[in-house]
Amino acid sequence: MRFEYAPAPESRSVVTLRDSYGLFIGGQFVSGSSVFKTISPATEEVLAEVTQAGPEDVDRAVAAARHAYERTWSVMGGRERGKYLFRIARLIQERSRELAVLETLDNGKPIRESRDVDIPLAAAHFFYHAGWADKLSYAGFGPSPRPLGVAGQVIPWNFPLLMLAWKIAPALACGNTVVLKPAETTPLTALLFAEICQQAELPPGVVNIVTGDGATGHALVAHPGIDKVAFTGSTEVGKEIARICAVSGQRVTLELGGKAANIVFDDAPLDQAVEGIINGIFFNQGHVCCAGSRLLVQESVADELLTALKRRMERLRLGDPLDKNTDVGAVNSQAQLERIEAFAATGAEEGAERWSARCPLPDRGFWFPPTVFTGVSQAHRIAQEEIFGPVLSVLTFRTPDEAIVKANNTPYGLSAGVWSEKGSLILSMASRLRAGVVWANTFNRFDPASPFGGYKESGFGREGGRHGLEAYLDIHGTSVLGGSDV
Amino acid sequence: MSELTVASEAGRIAVRKTYKLYIGGAFPRSESGRSYMVSDYSGGFLANAALASRKDARDAVVAARKAFPGWSGATAYNRGQVLYRVAELLEGRRAQFATEVRMATGASPARAATEVDAAIDRWVWYAGWADKIAQVRGSANPVAGPYFNFSVPEPCGVVAVLAPQDSALLGLVSVIAPAVVSGNTCVVVASERRPLPAVTLAEVLATSDVPGGVVNVLTGAVAEISPWLASHMDVNAIDVTGAPGALADDMAVAAAGNLKRVVRLPAGDWEAEPGIERMTSYLETKTVWHPLGN
Amino acid sequence: MAAVCVYPDMVEVAAPLLAGTGIKVASVATAFPSGRAALDVKLADVKSAVAAGADEVDMVIDRGAFLSGRYGAVYDEIVAVRAACSGAHLKVILETGELGTLDNVRRASWLAMLAGADFIKTSTGKVAPAATLPVTLVMLEAVRDWRVATGGTAGEATAGEGTAGEGTAGGQMVGVKPAGGIRTTKDAIRFIVTVHETAGDDWLSARYFRIGASSLLNDLLMQRDRMATGRYSGADYVTVD
Repeated sequence: MRFEYAPAPESRSVVTLRDSYGLFIGGQFVSGSSVFKTISPATEEVLAEVTQAGPEDVDRAVAAARHAYERTWSVMGGRERGKYLFRIARLIQERSRELAVLETLDNGKPIRESRDVDIPLAAAHFFYHAGWADKLSYAGFGPSPRPLGVAGQVIPWNFPLLMLAWKIAPALACGNTVVLKPAETTPLTALLFAEICQQAELPPGVVNIVTGDGATGHALVAHPGIDKVAFTGSTEVGKEIARICAVSGQRVTLELGGKAANIVFDDAPLDQAVEGIINGIFFNQGHVCCAGSRLLVQESVADELLTALKRRMERLRLGDPLDKNTDVGAVNSQAQLERIEAFAATGAEEGAERWSARCPLPDRGFWFPPTVFTGVSQAHRIAQEEIFGPVLSVLTFRTPDEAIVKANNTPYGLSAGVWSEKGSLILSMASRLRAGVVWANTFNRFDPASPFGGYKESGFGREGGRHGLEAYLDIHGTSVLGGSDV
Repeated sequence: MSELTVASEAGRIAVRKTYKLYIGGAFPRSESGRSYMVSDYSGGFLANAALASRKDARDAVVAARKAFPGWSGATAYNRGQVLYRVAELLEGRRAQFATEVRMATGASPARAATEVDAAIDRWVWYAGWADKIAQVRGSANPVAGPYFNFSVPEPCGVVAVLAPQDSALLGLVSVIAPAVVSGNTCVVVASERRPLPAVTLAEVLATSDVPGGVVNVLTGAVAEISPWLASHMDVNAIDVTGAPGALADDMAVAAAGNLKRVVRLPAGDWEAEPGIERMTSYLETKTVWHPLGN
Repeated sequence: MAAVCVYPDMVEVAAPLLAGTGIKVASVATAFPSGRAALDVKLADVKSAVAAGADEVDMVIDRGAFLSGRYGAVYDEIVAVRAACSGAHLKVILETGELGTLDNVRRASWLAMLAGADFIKTSTGKVAPAATLPVTLVMLEAVRDWRVATGGTAGEATAGEGTAGEGTAGGQMVGVKPAGGIRTTKDAIRFIVTVHETAGDDWLSARYFRIGASSLLNDLLMQRDRMATGRYSGADYVTVD
């Protein structure tokens, strides 16, 4: 018998797209000088026209945020600020299906993920931080921590609404106002979030959304009216921002790239580990800065694990992101697809062995099959550089020391995974791994109460939890660039 | 003639000290063979200090990196005791340090003694932090799922410290101790015009159970040495306190090359209680997840 | 890279991987690193490595025999191994860290060359001290003098690649390989300068002078990075394998 799944697409009718979107400045949608199109990476259809914010638009947005900061938000009591954030959390929950479908359309990620992970977590971030707004004096940063002012925030395309929530929720809870630039390829949920701000009757100018490309982002972070810069994206751009802020004196937090080692010991429950490896690298098509992109497997179980992994990969369903049964969606853009393809070619050229799941790829859109490379050594580029796609590099090790040396042998330090049934081994590995997040017998878990951020070139500062508040507070009028919890 | 160089008793020729660098637990001269004249507050000759080169800075970073696993791997209790031991040994050399401070700054004997006492007490203050900072900065995090989740602070690695130019002992201690208390190792560029207390402090460190390489002391031209530390890819953080404004900006820009944590805190009043920001600037937060279940 | 040096049982793995690369497969043999086994076991070790495809054999001398003055036994063993090598290149490891004096290093070098070594090598890497500069200097003086003793002229630049070691008019050239403990670029430069100053530029090729050093490469990469960027690099920026 041949078993097939019937298509189970989520309805698009819940989303009403406008033909064109302006910038959200001072509580209103305003037009700008030029526009660009945003497409669905799964079909290449044009979804809407979006405004490219120029320097003068960024000026207006910063001025609106400054005005709101001085006149409204910084002088409002924490309890009232908190209530606005609770409202936003509820509105995200109420409109969650609409946001999930829109996210999937614009980003290409499976509806299962946008519906079950991105949108609920975004709501949870607002709910969590709402409660902090009137309790900041108990957060351990002194009796009366002050907001910093206007935050300029630039976010990536991999978790558009979730990254927005990670940035805006703590900033607002701490009394700052924001100008946020969503990624060029995924602006739509941020613009729907602007509508939510209107529905919440958030005071005008507290949240401003400027869409555009890297030039808009540069204009924002280099703007002299910004007191605080927060960026999530590539390490290369993060260094550029760090240089800008070094001279301007702006506070900055950076959440950048990673090349996480996911370490599997021979005593690990292998089927469970396989699920964790799959989740680690194929969640969100591998467009995850903390993806478990380097599998370090103990040599004695390598063959068995790889067999099980490939078997599981053959069961991954790639295709229509709106289909509720889809596991792997579309790569976010043509440019990203080309980058992944180039890395895959390099991996083969450098002598690693490529194996891809045998799944048919749709004719239109941007797709890359779930892929593993075996026979990889630490010196291979696919073991060193962030691919940001569904490509797993497999290395082996014999002893815990070797695993640690290989895992830490990278300029990055964002995340890592450990799989073992032995508690003492897990804890010693967790303490020796130079990474900001260690998942033991699990992977890619996120929570607003859990601090997230990297060591070394994966950036500085933490997002989430009590620790994350420090990024948006002026603790005693002093300036520290980068100290990890600052 | 200063008190550092004259005879203590009439007719006796004093035995002078050679002021050298402190790298990896040893006291080498600069590999460059250079030295520079250090004067007292009135312009009189005090000593020829080593004029460290970029290669001395490089060697110091290598020593600091080598010392990092052992020092960061020591228990917090142990680090606390070692820092307390520094205070004990400093206490025994109060007179020597007071003289050096006085020669450097022209402070009155009473004023110099106060600074030395404050520096000793600062070590004691930080010694007590070693096994407390993790509880103040760590947390168990109530995540919405069947997981145990906790966050702990960890040292960020090798720290380059440009020590304050004015306060040659108390300021120096106030920038070294917060770096090393949590397990970081450091390379310190001492006050350029007042480097002697730093070298003498190194002698205390060398004899007080601080493992070689945990603190490395360079004397010389800040503007010459610090760019090599700021751009060094094996340095994880830099405190630019001792650099003048424009140089501090340049150092912060160079530090972006490997995203060093850059500490730019106002020098302020070194005698005031320091607060924990300098300490926490050198901490990473690590968060660990584990599932709950059978 | 001149050669990859492996244990005898790994020759059959290394040989196909290196085929066509120009990189030789070298195998340690003769009960490496102790050299403590009966002669027939040692010879079998050598033969199996050569049969599996080793281009070069690294033998260890019997230090016990040497230190107790039984030079003839040491000589005979090298000759026997030489024969068992068939066509394979023979490197003789003196394990200078156990020889005690520089006079012994000179004596062992001469013995190995008399017995037919293509290369004399300082160390197994398992004994400290391994390759020191003074020891290497003595070995370089020995090969220089051997060339003269076999009909060449000191400092002469006639024997080029592929002509020496065969008893040409330029005399026999035997290679020198310091191995173990050379971890930095600066160390390596010191050795290369010593070759240039002592044996001469004829030795400055992979055929006559090699450095056995597994950790040197990353330091070279970091030095190169510093030359290119003007700043010091770090261990996170070079890979461990």
